[in-house]
Amino acid sequence: MSHLSAQLADGRFVVTAEIAPPKGTNLAPAFDEAKKFVGVTAVNVTDNQGANMRLSSLALAARLQQSGTETILQLTCRDRNRMALQSDLLGAASFGIENLLLLSGDHSKFGDQPDARPVFDLDSVQLLDMVTGLMAGVDMVGKPLNGVPRFFPGAAANPVAEPFELMFQKVAKKVESGARFFQTQAVFERRTMERFVSAMRPLGVPVIAGVLLVRSGKMARFLNDNIPGVKVPDDLVERLDKAPDPMAEGIAIAHETVAWARDVCQGVHLMTLGHEDKIPAILA
Amino acid sequence: MIISELKPLEDLQKTLSDFSSLFLVGCAACATACKAGGEEEVFKLQEWLLEQGKDVTGSVIIDEACHIMRAARDLRHHKNAVHEADALVVLACGSGVQAISSNVEKQVVGGLNSMFLGNVRRFGHYEEMCSLCGDCILNETAGICPVTTCAKGLLNGPCGGMEDGRCEIDPEIDCAWRLIYERLQTQQRQGVFARRVPPKNWSRRRKPGRYRLKDGES
Repeated sequence: MSHLSAQLADGRFVVTAEIAPPKGTNLAPAFDEAKKFVGVTAVNVTDNQGANMRLSSLALAARLQQSGTETILQLTCRDRNRMALQSDLLGAASFGIENLLLLSGDHSKFGDQPDARPVFDLDSVQLLDMVTGLMAGVDMVGKPLNGVPRFFPGAAANPVAEPFELMFQKVAKKVESGARFFQTQAVFERRTMERFVSAMRPLGVPVIAGVLLVRSGKMARFLNDNIPGVKVPDDLVERLDKAPDPMAEGIAIAHETVAWARDVCQGVHLMTLGHEDKIPAILA
Repeated sequence: MIISELKPLEDLQKTLSDFSSLFLVGCAACATACKAGGEEEVFKLQEWLLEQGKDVTGSVIIDEACHIMRAARDLRHHKNAVHEADALVVLACGSGVQAISSNVEKQVVGGLNSMFLGNVRRFGHYEEMCSLCGDCILNETAGICPVTTCAKGLLNGPCGGMEDGRCEIDPEIDCAWRLIYERLQTQQRQGVFARRVPPKNWSRRRKPGRYRLKDGES
């Protein structure tokens, strides 16, 4: 049983963080970063995030897992068809990876190889169904597995998305398909998260709020214009713009978010984008 | 109809550099309707080729260039002109080009890029609404195809990139799932939202597609 699933089952507030595989084979910086994850239960390993080609998330997750860092393997439907997804998942299980975050994936258009053919053979609901099947010992066509993987499958949600009911019907489908926890897109406003958590409550699945370290007003505007699903509210952009030390202000905002998240949901997912050394200050 | 557009002229120039005389073929169906390979465009191409110092031995607009037998018949009617040419230039979709290339020994140069099966919004404005997947879900999605009009072809609702009901890849475009959701609401039915849609059967679209009417239907 993964620490993540155990802590969520115990009702303990969890902290997750994330790490991006390198573009190349040099894993040393990733291992250095992993050492900075103080007070973090598990680390998401992103899968060609933002549709930018990197070393495989499975490879880095396996290496981190072997060196004692608990990981959450992110897997998107963008780059692999159903056969590749199933075999990668079995491979992940063979490395002792249990926690999964199963995603549709950003469109290839956003990345560094926009001419690539996006796959999307499955969507995230179907991917969750498939994982549930693997855990029950069968592949997607019902053939029995010799050796059954143990997973703790999670899914993503964007509490800010409108129309809310439309977004939420998919969240409900993900729960039906076996999602055991949710990590959300970056959230900045308590009332947005409260609305989402109260809709989630009858479904009984824990929610981990996405907390993004926004280091400047400029970065906030970039996120708003370029990153699907991320919306930094105007008042926070203004705060960052006016702050004499925008990084310190960004840490303060993330710290405030973590503080209310402790009352509202079951954990936080810290997206520090290379500034993992700030994690202790955000959690303080 | 099949929406196509003229290849960049510099590409055509390169492809045609080895030939001095050409026979031109247009199509009276889709390529005419989207103004890529009708009489007018074949004439313009001829003018351009003459400016490039090429000879044009003749031309024909085939009723439906994708009809292999009809293409053969029309080419026979222009046997001499085809014979005199070094190569044929076809202003039709990829199907049309291949109907011609399967009927002549000579090199056939396709002059168009074929893009998609398009609906006409208004003259000159075409939109892809169907991607011919062979496994139609429209009856559950209020007549709006998510396979085609969702950029990711998702079957169980919108992705996390939907912002204010718009698509992540182009904020000018409505999220297909928002449109499906709203139209189903108007129709007061759950439709596709009533179930988890299983993975799509892509074997229905195995290439190359083949279909024959059964005995008694033809």
